[in-house]
Amino acid sequence: MKENLDPNWIGNSEEDEIYKENILDHFKNPRNFKPLKDYDIYHKEFNPVCGDQIELFVKLNGTKVIDVGFIGKGCAISMASASMLTEKLKDLSLNQIKNIKKEEVLEMIGIPLGIVRMKCGLLSLKTLINGIKIVEEKNEQVSY
Amino acid sequence: MNEYYKKYNANVHRGVHSLGQKATEEYEKAHQKVADFINAKFEEIIFTKSTTESLNLLAYSLTRKLNKGDEIVLTEMEHHSNLVPWQQLAKQRGLTVKFIHVNEEGKLDLGNAKKLITSNTKIVSVTHMSNVLGTINNVKDIGKIAHGKNALFIVDAAQSVPHFKIDVKDLDCDFMAFSAHKMCGPTGIGVLYGKKQLLEKLDPFLYGGDMISEVRFDDSSWNELPWKFEAGTPNIAEAIGLGRAIDFLNKIGMENIKEYEEYLTEYALNRLSKINNFVIYGPKKAENRGSVISFNIKGVHPHDVSTILDRYDIATRGGHMCAMPLVTKVLGAGSVCRSSFYFYNTTEDVDKLVNGIEKVKEVFRI
Repeated sequence: MKENLDPNWIGNSEEDEIYKENILDHFKNPRNFKPLKDYDIYHKEFNPVCGDQIELFVKLNGTKVIDVGFIGKGCAISMASASMLTEKLKDLSLNQIKNIKKEEVLEMIGIPLGIVRMKCGLLSLKTLINGIKIVEEKNEQVSY
Repeated sequence: MNEYYKKYNANVHRGVHSLGQKATEEYEKAHQKVADFINAKFEEIIFTKSTTESLNLLAYSLTRKLNKGDEIVLTEMEHHSNLVPWQQLAKQRGLTVKFIHVNEEGKLDLGNAKKLITSNTKIVSVTHMSNVLGTINNVKDIGKIAHGKNALFIVDAAQSVPHFKIDVKDLDCDFMAFSAHKMCGPTGIGVLYGKKQLLEKLDPFLYGGDMISEVRFDDSSWNELPWKFEAGTPNIAEAIGLGRAIDFLNKIGMENIKEYEEYLTEYALNRLSKINNFVIYGPKKAENRGSVISFNIKGVHPHDVSTILDRYDIATRGGHMCAMPLVTKVLGAGSVCRSSFYFYNTTEDVDKLVNGIEKVKEVFRI
């Protein structure tokens, strides 16, 4: 499979960087890498392909995101994308984070991903969206 | 395979026209080739779509005959295909599944096997070679323990049949499963071997065309072996392709393949073991070890390793290798990276892998 051999993704020649510097940076020093004790949204997702796992915590004040944390383990792509996503979430409204498109996350990662690694790149977004769904379903049940 | 589609593309065991005759002839010839390859009888070779389907066939058919409290013994190094079917059917039917331990060397603990296999054990199903550790298990001895307790003995030979000579009579296994795609054959075709007297007693797994002898509105009787277990139009071209793959392997000689792979594995283990911040899983010597070598570079996820190695045209598998409990619980790794060698690989390929690993370490500054 040559899907990851896209020259933009791995560099054009031997000397070029294979993994872009910002991905390595987020992987080695993940931002917001902490569990939250007090949170409104929590969810855990796995990517069975890599064995990646992400636990995501979001604390809201009303409908505004005031704190975000994540823990987990996995490949550089999954961890870097989670780290970047948590940075993006802060100060957004619930409605805004609900509507984050996968294209936005892919743009943040900044390198084209093949069909297999796409799962790594989008795991954090999937965790967020499913976490929000669970909270919303719970709230619906309460209102019955 | 091309010849089949170009010249005699017809169903088997149906039409009496000459195309159908030729297709049937070639399809049956493939059964005979597989039978000869593992020292079995023609009637004992059933074609399925994969090892997974072969093992599911056994799990569904055999557990029907078991009673609540009966036990199935597997090992901690099973591929999901020899674990999940038993686990799920055991749940449905109130059976217990036990796992023979893997020791620190990556080998099966035979003492533990003797303890786990008791008169309550009805089925023992073991992989011949671990697809993660490369360990070649002494299935003959485990078979003896199983038979000593009157349990059926099944061998998952997906990893072993391609790499060395298998003789089902010598191993004395009751059933064996393997796939064509790991032995230079096409995907979509697998084999189930079973002792004739056992297959005769076993009920069919899938019902439908070709597997029947007589059908009335109220009941049916079954076709003779092996067709009783081959319901529906089979993968004819793939079966013929498997037959050709066996011709190819025979031409090279399984003894030669085994000898060359041992040499290559020894060379690879030697070179890889000199790398720093690097873990190799499974037995450290090439003796009784297959040519799959799983490893991890400390601090780098296997998929990142695989992605970078891919850049240097080295195809490795990263992940849990479809043996999640082994990788996570026994090895204590989230996932691993695996290099697999076959007879077409060379020591230069091993050198390329070692250089690739050094590149990965450079990128991640390890």
